[in-house]
Amino acid sequence: MINKKVANVAIALDGVSDNMTFMFGGFGLSGIPENAIAELVKLNIKGLSCISNNAGVDDFGLGLLLQQKQVKKMISSYVGENDEFERQMLSGELDVELIPQGTLAERCRAAQAGFPAIYTPAGYGTEVAEGKETREFDGKMYVLEHAFKADFAFVKAWKGDAAGNLIFKGTARNFNPNMCGGAKITVAEVEELVPVGDLDPNQIHIPGIFVQRIFQGEIYEKRIEQRTVRQRS
Amino acid sequence: MLDKNGIAKRIAKEVQNGYYVNLGIGIPTLVANFVREDIEVEFQSENGVLGMGPFPFEGEEDADIINAGKQTITTLPGASFFDSATSFSMIRGKHVDLTILGAMEVSENGDIANWKIPGKMVKGMGGAMDLVASAENIIVAMMHTNRAGASKLLKRCSLPLTGVGCVKKIVTNLAVIEVTESGFKLLERAPGVSVEVIKDATEGHLIIDRVIPEMEL
Repeated sequence: MINKKVANVAIALDGVSDNMTFMFGGFGLSGIPENAIAELVKLNIKGLSCISNNAGVDDFGLGLLLQQKQVKKMISSYVGENDEFERQMLSGELDVELIPQGTLAERCRAAQAGFPAIYTPAGYGTEVAEGKETREFDGKMYVLEHAFKADFAFVKAWKGDAAGNLIFKGTARNFNPNMCGGAKITVAEVEELVPVGDLDPNQIHIPGIFVQRIFQGEIYEKRIEQRTVRQRS
Repeated sequence: MLDKNGIAKRIAKEVQNGYYVNLGIGIPTLVANFVREDIEVEFQSENGVLGMGPFPFEGEEDADIINAGKQTITTLPGASFFDSATSFSMIRGKHVDLTILGAMEVSENGDIANWKIPGKMVKGMGGAMDLVASAENIIVAMMHTNRAGASKLLKRCSLPLTGVGCVKKIVTNLAVIEVTESGFKLLERAPGVSVEVIKDATEGHLIIDRVIPEMEL
């Protein structure tokens, strides 16, 4: 067993510096690497390019990095729900690249899987495709989209072991598995770091080979963005 | 004239037994409430769940189980969770049978705009561009006119596009319209709405080639 376990978030983030490109798992606030984000806020490194489906809310998730003006560029598919983000974008302080959600996932997966680029039908004929190579296959038009190049991928899983194997829970899975191995270094944080051998190999979502460092997160707030319920009849 | 629930109710009639359906945010989400109970349908949410159920009972909300609108949900027996790349494989790979989404504008050749108002609103396209790029069966749910009273069914979209030539059917508060090669073909009128009212509210080319029946809800 190759040991990927590190003692804490500070060691897990060793090597991060100004002007790097990071991937962050999560959809909305679900499945975001809360502990890695908190550590990046503490380190206060600047000029970051962040690949993440969303940009958090004003006071949680990636919104915390935006508040400290640590982010130079966001690459996302949907950025509502964040006033500070909107302010920085409209004032030109923040560079924003909005891309289709499936394209975001596939550019991560391409980086993970060793594809330099992929063709997708999404965005053809729209401003998203402007300046990009297009090509016809079987009478339909596709846009060439390149694999991401990132320094670190920060992902969050439900359970993991020291070998770096990961299991996700519910829709907190989202982009996390697609980002594993898509950056030079993948840092996984888990709610439960279990002894090696406890996870059933049949049930593992991401094999440890895609993960360089794993640690147990200290605190998970797991904030709910839209609490919707039904009445008991 | 229909309200939002009325639009959802009419669209629910398009949902057939055995369909996998992706519902967008807003009016499309309401469609789930009106689907016949004697057919089997599974709802997909692009953040990674198939077999979506109703909202949870109070106290049973789980931050790890949400829909694409970031609302807490439940799952039904037979449900599955998956990653975002798999989710969009279902969508781009044409495995989802029906996509229902909202729009700011639709043009008479089936172009749709629903993600950006330059200088005013830039939230992003989310999964909409993937959905409209591949789906064979796209229904747009929207009001016929915007808040200022201007038509949303246009000759050409004025806003940045989400997809080109992809919308097949539109259900509004006034009408059911099919998008054909020669323009918007009027199929049905909302209860109590005259053809004249629909004509006045439609800027794009409206084809009326027969007696237009009132919708059955």
